[in-house]
Amino acid sequence: MIYFKGVKKEYPQGSVALDEITISINAGEFVSVVGHSGAGKTTLVKLIIAEEEPTEGTVMFESLDVNRLSSRDLTRLRRRIGTVFQDFKLLPNKTAFENIAFAMEAAGKSDEEIAADVPHVLDLVNLLELKDHFPGQLSGGEKQRLAIARAIINQPEIIVADEPTGNLDPISTYEIVQILKKINELGTTIILTTHNRGVVDSIGKRVITLEKGRVVRDDKDGRYMI
Amino acid sequence: MAMVNFKRTFRTGFLNFSRNSLVSLSSILVMTITLCVLGGVLLFQHVLETTLVNVENKVDVTVYIVPGTNEASILTLKDKVSDVPEVANVDYVSENQALADFRARHADDQTTLQALDELDQNPIGAMLNIKAKDISQYESIAKFFDNTGTLGAGSQSIIDHVDYNKNKGDIDAIQNILANGRRLGLLVTLILMIISIIVTFNTMRLAIYFTREEISVMRLVGASRSHVQGPFIVEGTLYGFVATLLALIIFLPITFWFGTHMTDFFGGVNLFRYYLGNILSFAGILFVFGAGLGALSSVLATRKYLKV
Repeated sequence: MIYFKGVKKEYPQGSVALDEITISINAGEFVSVVGHSGAGKTTLVKLIIAEEEPTEGTVMFESLDVNRLSSRDLTRLRRRIGTVFQDFKLLPNKTAFENIAFAMEAAGKSDEEIAADVPHVLDLVNLLELKDHFPGQLSGGEKQRLAIARAIINQPEIIVADEPTGNLDPISTYEIVQILKKINELGTTIILTTHNRGVVDSIGKRVITLEKGRVVRDDKDGRYMI
Repeated sequence: MAMVNFKRTFRTGFLNFSRNSLVSLSSILVMTITLCVLGGVLLFQHVLETTLVNVENKVDVTVYIVPGTNEASILTLKDKVSDVPEVANVDYVSENQALADFRARHADDQTTLQALDELDQNPIGAMLNIKAKDISQYESIAKFFDNTGTLGAGSQSIIDHVDYNKNKGDIDAIQNILANGRRLGLLVTLILMIISIIVTFNTMRLAIYFTREEISVMRLVGASRSHVQGPFIVEGTLYGFVATLLALIIFLPITFWFGTHMTDFFGGVNLFRYYLGNILSFAGILFVFGAGLGALSSVLATRKYLKV
């Protein structure tokens, strides 16, 4: 589903974030990408959603080279990917309901679909009662659950979660992991970057370990081993 | 779907406008100042143009006819002059009228009046007062008389003299003042407008700079460029609309004061009356400018952050 072929990412200052990355991620997989800070996890996510371009190599989403897409096609591709960020990246001037509705509006859904689906997904992440709250009025865990709700609302084929538990307490972390596992069980591919040993070990699925921008381990039923 | 998107764009634009109250307030404030400058420039242009037209209207060329010329010849000359393309208007002043005007002008000068009474016949000839369509055309009108030659019976010219050559220096000076006045007015207008546009654009750019993160998030969750940009354009247009209303209100007391205290200073132009009489045109110009500037600034300012 996702293919990295000989990918290198070098930033203008000369620092190499990723080097010689060749991996493939299949549909339905739950892949944890682990590594210390600066190992290249976030860069990997940015390359998948084409927020950044590789210096060398190609990143493919099925048969599409994500960096050769037109602006319109890239927009369409991003609607097939749900993204969750460590810092939530919610729209501060929109309520919880509107944050999710925005993603549906962007995908061209009708008002009726929005009215029916948004409460359902808010209920799924246990935020229905807070639907009229703004992100500033939510706790870290609630924000991240809202971000996940936004990511899954358009039923994407893949969810890319960049350290979604990085800013959360253990209870919120547990809740987020459970939600992601449930989504994966329903058939959605998950790519999770984290440096939380407990999270990785509790998932017990494929683990890709990055070190200084290179893949040093790729274990099918992995554990956090750094 | 297009209609639904249109409605959503407007709804989001209005919501952003009301929720970002501090940013909206500062943008409206700057845009109101810009529109006040524009309105002030329009009023300044009106006062300047009225003053210049008044000065222009005071300029004419007088053709003095030889005393005793019969009226039919003078009227023939008047018709010929009226046919000259550069001529806007020709006024015929008969010998009797010219004498009456002369007496009225010298009513306090008994010596002159007594000397006039001593004469057997009217020494003052008839006159043709000629106004050109444009002040620069007096020279060509004067040349018309040079080229026309004799116009009376036989070879005798009925024209005593044309006062253009005597007044040529004054007319040229006025022509220069008018041209320079208009040029200066245009220059001041342009400079103020450019400054206002730059200030407004930078304010909008700053307002949108604070939302650059949001713009990139919107793009990353799959929003198209137009879906992101649309509400910003609505917001910019709303700033223009509210700023127009404020500027129109601000001009009421200002023009009222100028109308009450400065009408004589402006050569009879009552700014308050002019403003009220043209308030719809003012509203139209300010709104088109304000809303246009707001929308355009939004488009230009968001473009940079849409490249995600």
